Amino acid sequence: MKNTVEIRWHGRGGQGAKTAALLLADVAFKTGCCVQGFPEYGPERMGAPITAFNRISEDKIRVHSNIYDPDYVVVVDETLLHSVDVTNGLKREGAIIINTPKSAKEIRSLLRGYKGRVLTVDARHISETTLGRNFPNTPMLAAAAAVTGIMSREEFLTEMQASFAHKFAKKPEVIKGNMAALEMAYDKAEKEMKKASANVADASGRRMKQSA
Amino acid sequence: MSRSRDEVVCSKSIPERMSGNEAVSYAVRQVNPDVMPAFPITPSTEIPQMVSSYIANGEIDTEFIPVESEHSAMSAAIGAEAAGARTMTATSSAGLALMWEELLLAASNRLPIVLTLVNRTLSGPININCDHSDGMGARDTGWIQIYSENNQEAYDNYIQAFPIAEDPRVHLPVMICQDGFITSHAVENIELLEDAPVKAFVGEYNPEEFLLNPGKPVSVGPYAVSAYSMEAKRAQEAAMERAGKVILEVAERFREMSGRSYGFFEEYRTEDAEYLMVIMGSAAGTAKAAVDMLREEGHKVGILKLRVFRPFPEKEIAEAIKRSGCKAVAIMDRCESYNGCSGPLGSEIPAALFRNKVMVETVNYIYGLAGRDFTVEHVQDVFAELEEVAQGNKEAPNHKYIGLRE
Repeated sequence: MKNTVEIRWHGRGGQGAKTAALLLADVAFKTGCCVQGFPEYGPERMGAPITAFNRISEDKIRVHSNIYDPDYVVVVDETLLHSVDVTNGLKREGAIIINTPKSAKEIRSLLRGYKGRVLTVDARHISETTLGRNFPNTPMLAAAAAVTGIMSREEFLTEMQASFAHKFAKKPEVIKGNMAALEMAYDKAEKEMKKASANVADASGRRMKQSA
Repeated sequence: MSRSRDEVVCSKSIPERMSGNEAVSYAVRQVNPDVMPAFPITPSTEIPQMVSSYIANGEIDTEFIPVESEHSAMSAAIGAEAAGARTMTATSSAGLALMWEELLLAASNRLPIVLTLVNRTLSGPININCDHSDGMGARDTGWIQIYSENNQEAYDNYIQAFPIAEDPRVHLPVMICQDGFITSHAVENIELLEDAPVKAFVGEYNPEEFLLNPGKPVSVGPYAVSAYSMEAKRAQEAAMERAGKVILEVAERFREMSGRSYGFFEEYRTEDAEYLMVIMGSAAGTAKAAVDMLREEGHKVGILKLRVFRPFPEKEIAEAIKRSGCKAVAIMDRCESYNGCSGPLGSEIPAALFRNKVMVETVNYIYGLAGRDFTVEHVQDVFAELEEVAQGNKEAPNHKYIGLRE
């Protein structure tokens, strides 16, 4: 499909990967895109590997299958790298964003030979700093928005602010922390994307298109 | 007796994004049916849950009856509808199977109940994902069945269900089907309609005869001796025959209100198609995307997406296939019949062609059982095989499975 960005999320039941995918669809819709956000359902248990998907497009989306050749992969839990082939089908010119305190260089050996851009965001650290608890999906949502470049930083933050104001109408005290988590993760991911694009460009000897 | 449905109020489109279950629940809020008995079952659970929230928030005054099983849900729906109340319910899979006896009672007592079915496979093995075996299992229960490709169609079809069911020429229950999880749980764009035009479109429910009418007592569901039973069944079938015309009339009024057109089926790029695919539900969208790609490569392919499965638009399907002038048709079933030779559409479409003397090669494929993913590549493979068969390079496979682990 032309003009369509396809994203695959990997997480564990209870970490909010599905919610993040639905929120990304939500915020992309608000900026005027055609969207799809859906999880792959099965016998869900807390901690079991789960997958969720996004299609974001300028045109009406009609395909109703899972995504096998994503442009981007988001990994909400780095322990999945040992058990799930997260880069399976991931486009060479795409990117993978992993929640880990490690650097891209350190984590690449676990990616089964993936040659594209690798970005790391320490979502746990960001979440614990800004929210006092580990909600990795909030920072990873911002990282996905930054890397896919489907909307500007300002658009993303404005829409998320409105969304949180609605969602947390009864506990507005948590909005500030959530916004801080988004901003921190967005900026980190944007920086990582620049770095990864430069690295891949060096390695392959040709310029990679940076979509962010 | 009077129905305030004569005048169509045009509606503005409200762009939104929501899942199929949210879309149907939103339509329930707009219709505000009198009674909703329901028992939750995946993947339709969100519908009674969301409707309950609308009721709890005071947005609608539907009487929600939390029953202890789907058998009771349909029994309560029958009682409520017979009493004269506009009644709906929602279910999936084993829930529909447990309603089976009552489905037949609802239809034969000519009660215009609306059931929103979120398609899920029937056991076993036990599985929560989509196929059409629940809906197809109920295909001969006397219900009108309409299948939806996406959240938009699930919403639009639900709104049209009441004027179809309650039309005095029809008086039959209607099942609005959408694919479990694929449609019910995927958030996608949708164009909603305004409340007032929807309310005007659906109109007041004024049944001709009902139990809570002391001035005109009636019996519902009495024993009928053989001397009368067959006539009752024939009258029920005659209503199903008349339903086709009413479905098209309602679709036309819906187009006037919303700008969106519906028929018995949708013909997608069929005009000069050499190869056709007949398919229902969410997979039709995937198939359309594949058709666009194949057309760009010069393959003349098209889709006939069946929307109305009951009544079965036999003549119209045969005519559409004839009109396309195609060489071969792939008939796609998301359901097994366990008859040793074909799925449900795999039996009915060739029968329609034969009875209308349209002689064209058909190949029946089974796909997507119990949530097995169906992709653009699968559609491309089917068309490639169809081309081989039509050119005589390959014998037509009978009843072939797509995406099976060999």
